[in-house]
Amino acid sequence: MTDVAGTSVGTGTVPESGGRPSIADLIRATEIDLRLFGMVLALVLIWIGLGLANPVILEPVNFLTFSVQAASTAVIATGMVLVIVSRNIDLSVGSVVGLIGMGYAVFMANIVPTTIGLGNPFGWLIALALGIAFGALIGAFQGFLIAYAEIPSFVVTLGGLLGFRGLIWQFSGGTTVAPNLPTFNLLGGGPEGSLGGIWAWLLGAIISVAAVLLLLNARRTRRKYGFPLRPIWAETAIAIVSVAVVLAGVYVANAYHWPPGLATTYAQAHGITEPAGGLQIEAGIPIPLLIVIAVTIGMTFLSTRRRFGRDIFAYGGNPVAAELAGINTKWVVMRTFILMGILCAISAAIASARLNGGTLDLGTGYELYVIAAAVIGGTSFAGGIGTIPGAILGALVVQSLQYGLGFIGFNSPQVNMVAAVVLVAVVGIDSWNRRRAR
Amino acid sequence: MTETATGPAPSVTGTPLVVMRNINVAFGGVHAVRNVTIDLYPGEVVGLVGGNGAGKSTLTKVLSGAQRADSGEIVINGTTVQITNPRDAKAYGIETIYQTLALADNLDAPANLFLGRELTTRLGNLDDDRMEDATRKVMGRLNPNFHRFTTPVVSLSGGQRQAVAIARAVYFNAKILIMDEPTAALGPAETAQVRNLVRQLKSEGIGILLISHDIHDVYDLADRVSVMYHGEIVDTVNKHDVSTDDILGMIILGKKPGDVTQKELEQLELRG
Repeated sequence: MTDVAGTSVGTGTVPESGGRPSIADLIRATEIDLRLFGMVLALVLIWIGLGLANPVILEPVNFLTFSVQAASTAVIATGMVLVIVSRNIDLSVGSVVGLIGMGYAVFMANIVPTTIGLGNPFGWLIALALGIAFGALIGAFQGFLIAYAEIPSFVVTLGGLLGFRGLIWQFSGGTTVAPNLPTFNLLGGGPEGSLGGIWAWLLGAIISVAAVLLLLNARRTRRKYGFPLRPIWAETAIAIVSVAVVLAGVYVANAYHWPPGLATTYAQAHGITEPAGGLQIEAGIPIPLLIVIAVTIGMTFLSTRRRFGRDIFAYGGNPVAAELAGINTKWVVMRTFILMGILCAISAAIASARLNGGTLDLGTGYELYVIAAAVIGGTSFAGGIGTIPGAILGALVVQSLQYGLGFIGFNSPQVNMVAAVVLVAVVGIDSWNRRRAR
Repeated sequence: MTETATGPAPSVTGTPLVVMRNINVAFGGVHAVRNVTIDLYPGEVVGLVGGNGAGKSTLTKVLSGAQRADSGEIVINGTTVQITNPRDAKAYGIETIYQTLALADNLDAPANLFLGRELTTRLGNLDDDRMEDATRKVMGRLNPNFHRFTTPVVSLSGGQRQAVAIARAVYFNAKILIMDEPTAALGPAETAQVRNLVRQLKSEGIGILLISHDIHDVYDLADRVSVMYHGEIVDTVNKHDVSTDDILGMIILGKKPGDVTQKELEQLELRG
């Protein structure tokens, strides 16, 4: 009876009968989500295709530009997963991003000079903190209407989509507001807003070590309880692949060097004599990408390791069961929207930093990209199913099509048509797969 | 003579585990539960029977905190208590196995077992390994052949799902267990398993409120039977004082055996 757990230690999940294990069996032994694996594969295929069409796109600078562009939608997509998992939707994200972006600009261009001063080193941090508080407030307002006033989220956030966009015009007097603080603009990336050279390698090393330690720790606890373990080869493969991906990412990021003009300016400003062929400064990882990495880790932690995340998934899987289990479901739903507001504020910081100000159309259409990213990433509208890494991959797929197809010469309407086909096809294949699995 | 349930005869003396007194619940104009009083003693199984819409489920929902009573009193171990939500009920040791099982289909067995009461580490993070360990232990008792601890419960069989729902009540040391149609969706072998479990829990001193359509189920397991009819209690009888036909008569006619006229009895015979 009690040795039930002990009997299958070490056998893993590779079926012992039936001769040679298939590739699918091998992947299953690593307990990697097959769906996520397929998405990574699709992403690689897209980029191979793009590379064949125009090899220039595979140069490091394009990966960086692309990833920075994907950053502001990817950040929100992680929250959209939790909103859709809890059987709601948020159509207001684009307008909320626009409103908070305008808020940042108004604060920095009109308020900072007369209050805390343009030279204050914490100006950008104060702006960001206010934006996040503003986002949380907007989220709390919409979340309250949805959870406690029981107005459908589709309706509340459709109102938000219209109303907040209108508010942007009121707020700004119908014009672009600029400029931002230069320190704030680093949040948008660019050569100066990047973690370059040795720092990028250091970060890569820290993440690699952390990944290996997490794997070891997980294995140790499972052994302590006598649970079935993954085969050693699978653990090793996961560790090697994770570290390789991280280090390859850093290598690509560092392969792009500062443009000569900027490097010359930098050399002059710091009294460095330029060597022949110009000063070579490795650009490294753009800050928006760092933000995405941090948000991904934080949101994955929140959704899988914290009670809040468990409550969201339980509610999405069976609202009645969650209620009967004593979960305060209304508060859970309201908090998902507060979280969404905070993520919109982070996204707005990245987007408005890249523009050096607040524009009237900032964030327009985000809701569509973000929902598409979440859904392509495996989030189910039936509720209860979805992952944060999936949404990030989804955002990369959407942005790859946008950026890549544009790069190789498709015009915007054509890109939209391709994206539409991909969206519907992916979801179609997915639901067919799930039906078959039943 | 009918076969007696295992364990000592119920002692309908001393302090009852729970008394629900003069409970009323109305939905709009429909009086779903009308002035109902029932009690339950430690180590006793009380069968709650009645036709569809008799008010059985509504009455038990009041006890499990899923439905608020309009009036009435709940006394647990001699103390009057307020139960306004499922958390309150659980704090008093009242566990419920719902007919629908109330499982989150997308989550695995440990997550369902600990739903709303997760074990956490010192930092407040979910301790999934400890929860899986505890689940393996309790499921080892209930269903030793169960090994699928990391798959969503949607892909489990009916009996396995039932076992998860029961494990939830057992793990948290229920003192009062409400079982709403526990065998309705089960095959014969699994039904026998649930019956054995009921006897085992009873011998451990747990009070069980058993709701069932199946008269034989109830007659086999219960010590006393409360019959509901149109929201009211017809009577609560000691099982040994009545026959299954008497209970059936109360369910259908809503009258105590002595009050049934010869004519009504004949009609019942014709129908049966």
